[in-house]
Amino acid sequence: MLKIENLARSGLKPVNMMLPAGAIGVLTGPSGSGKSLFARAVVDLDPNSGEVWWKGRARSAMPAPRWRQLVGYVPAESGWWAERVGEHFANPESMRPMLQAVGLPEDAMDWPVSRTSTGERQRLALLRALEAVPDVLILDEPTAALDEGTRARVESLILERRRAGMTFMIITHDPAQAARMGDIFWRIEKGRITLQEGAPA
Amino acid sequence: MNTQASYIALSYGDVAASALFLFLAAAFSLVLRLGLAGSIAIVAARMVVQLLAIGFVLRFIFESSSGWITLAYALVMTTFAAREVINRQDRPLSGLWRYGLGPGAMLVTGVVALLYTLAFLLQPDPWHAPRYALPLFGMILGNSMNGVALGLNAVTRAVIREKAAIEARLLLGRTRWQALRPFAAEALKTGMTPIMNAMAASGVISLPGMMTGQILAGVPPVEAVKYQLLIMFLIAGVVGLGVIAAIFATIWRLTDARHRLRPDRLAGMDDGH
Repeated sequence: MLKIENLARSGLKPVNMMLPAGAIGVLTGPSGSGKSLFARAVVDLDPNSGEVWWKGRARSAMPAPRWRQLVGYVPAESGWWAERVGEHFANPESMRPMLQAVGLPEDAMDWPVSRTSTGERQRLALLRALEAVPDVLILDEPTAALDEGTRARVESLILERRRAGMTFMIITHDPAQAARMGDIFWRIEKGRITLQEGAPA
Repeated sequence: MNTQASYIALSYGDVAASALFLFLAAAFSLVLRLGLAGSIAIVAARMVVQLLAIGFVLRFIFESSSGWITLAYALVMTTFAAREVINRQDRPLSGLWRYGLGPGAMLVTGVVALLYTLAFLLQPDPWHAPRYALPLFGMILGNSMNGVALGLNAVTRAVIREKAAIEARLLLGRTRWQALRPFAAEALKTGMTPIMNAMAASGVISLPGMMTGQILAGVPPVEAVKYQLLIMFLIAGVVGLGVIAAIFATIWRLTDARHRLRPDRLAGMDDGH
């Protein structure tokens, strides 16, 4: 279980949250309500207070890089540091077959990053995070820039990974996606996160 | 007077006569209304005053041969070099770090190399003889200042512009040092480029100014080359170490123990996000 206790930072009121291992949690809320601030705090990317546990192991008891290997995060707009897509993967050849699972051709590994679209980068960032095999993955708007068909592919990839034991926290604007994917629902407004009874209407 | 070298002493008249061509250029500018005569006169006069002043100051320091006066002059040089490093930062670190980190990296590596050279290589008597210590220190500081300023700017620029890329590397479980390594490499290259170019070009395209000066003063060319090599090795080494120290100290300051990127520690970036 991912257990969050009094997690707080500027722009975020103290959060208490329990996400069972193997579940998909969904967080919805208006723009600017603090969704990414929350995600960044969980992976310790910005100064914050409080504690987070994964399967009984406290975040503060391990180095931050080790924690981020367990609990990953894919922002809505990920960063790229090299010229070619493949250079961002530890082992691009073994990830090549995965590309079609997100609706990309196999030669996408050879593309220059500068010529990819927002939606392509979003899916490539998801694959890059999955390659590191985290236990928990926080996804910020993973399908925002995608058409219907591609969105369905990405969703089924996430569900397939969940069946293999991964835990997800999905941040989304889309109530239909929340209902399709989610097991537990939270809503965030003005930096305050509350547990919801069911999927957002 | 000049027993060991064929050194031709200049009179003030010689120096004045050497201004003939600059005077002609200024005269043409005046006649053709090119509007540069005034600037030429001002710059030339300023150069005369500055260099004469430094000549008399150095003569005073050399004649006194006092370690304290030499040290005081070295401190003045350091202050000017440090000010240059600080003022050339587009995005300086916030608070006192701005004054300590870059100039500190430049000064520590420069002083260590200077003391090493004086104590083990040149061995003047006394070891702090200003005739050796001050020109050496000046050349070391001048180059190190340039390299450190360039390297610091490159690394702070990367932290601002490549924030998303650096954080993507951190998010994949890399340490702060691993995450910033490509940007540190780029900054080192930027800081080292001028001295690398100077090394590559020396002797082929340009005769280094110091060597030229020694040859004009009657030093045999190969002896002058040896001095020039010693100086180049020292300068390049100090630039390399100074830039590396400045880059890694900046990375250390712009990240924290939880391996987070902290651009909020740059001046004017402390918006809390």
